Amino acid sequence: MAAKGFVEISVEGCKGCGLCVHHCPVKCLSLKMDDTNSFGLHYAYLSNEETCIGCANCAVICPDAAITVYRKSKAV
Amino acid sequence: MKDGYELVYKRPDTLLSKRMHYCPGCFHSTMHKIIMEVVDEMGIAEETIGVSPVGCSVFAYDYMDIDFQQAAHGRACAVATGIKRSLPDKFVFTYQGDGDLAAIGTAETIHSCNRGENFTIFFINNAIYGMTGGQMAPTTLEGQKTSTSPYGRDVKHVGHPLRMAEMVSQLPGVAYCERLVLNTPANVRKAKKSIKKAFDIQKQGLGMTFLEVVSNCPSGWKCSPVQSLDFVGENMLKYYPLGVKKDVTANSN
Ligand code: SF4
Ligand code: SF4
Repeated sequence: MAAKGFVEISVEGCKGCGLCVHHCPVKCLSLKMDDTNSFGLHYAYLSNEETCIGCANCAVICPDAAITVYRKSKAV
Repeated sequence: MKDGYELVYKRPDTLLSKRMHYCPGCFHSTMHKIIMEVVDEMGIAEETIGVSPVGCSVFAYDYMDIDFQQAAHGRACAVATGIKRSLPDKFVFTYQGDGDLAAIGTAETIHSCNRGENFTIFFINNAIYGMTGGQMAPTTLEGQKTSTSPYGRDVKHVGHPLRMAEMVSQLPGVAYCERLVLNTPANVRKAKKSIKKAFDIQKQGLGMTFLEVVSNCPSGWKCSPVQSLDFVGENMLKYYPLGVKKDVTANSN
């Protein structure tokens, strides 16, 4: 568990706009091109779990508040 | 949650779980979200009253867990005036698009600003009429193609796009006026600070607070949400410059 952060993205809450994918500084998000949610939209998912830094840029830009972000606790 | 991790961002509680009807990537959703984040952070959900317009955001009341009134087309500022005057301790805001605020509601907007009413106007400017099918708005850019300006806006024929923030900032009743944009995470974070500042100024009773948001309309502009960011950056912000246009608190803090 090396990653500094991770995100949970609501499959049904996502509209597949791609703004989170565009703004992730480490490019660890992708749109699921081989699947859709019940609205027929290609939802976003964490495609590279190792590199997420938990910066929350994706969640801040997500219009539909579909992303929850966690970051590694400082005090271990 | 995994062990050793802490929550750094979650959906604001006051934003209802209902799916918003806006198109993918529309900044209306972003703006709803961050207004509710500020309301949550200030702990004022019980004391905040919104007024929704006619236009894409007519159903804003469906998504925010606060009191709301829906106004007739263009009359949001008149309705908000009545609400704020009768309930002066509440935080009152209007949420209006360019058709509602800068076309049919121009008179209400200008006069409520001029009277220095103590509420906040959120003006969402995406330079097009989204709800009715992409017609030209007062704020449509010169040369911009819409369904009613298929060859591009001809300013000789229909006039120039209105810069509302610059216009209302000239009025003595306006305490705070700023133009924002929601195209990057940094700008979204900045916009949240401005919303909070507007509510703080409203609490002090200093006059009208007016926030214009340069917005997008991927469906009306006929582009992808990511491409709409380019149109915002390359075209919208050139004609609609960001920044504080007026701030009566600037010297006092
Ligand atoms: S938290 Fe930051 S690094 Fe992680 S997915 Fe979101 S934008 Fe990318
Ligand atoms: S920004 Fe939000 S709605 Fe858009 S693709 Fe990412 S998670 Fe989905």
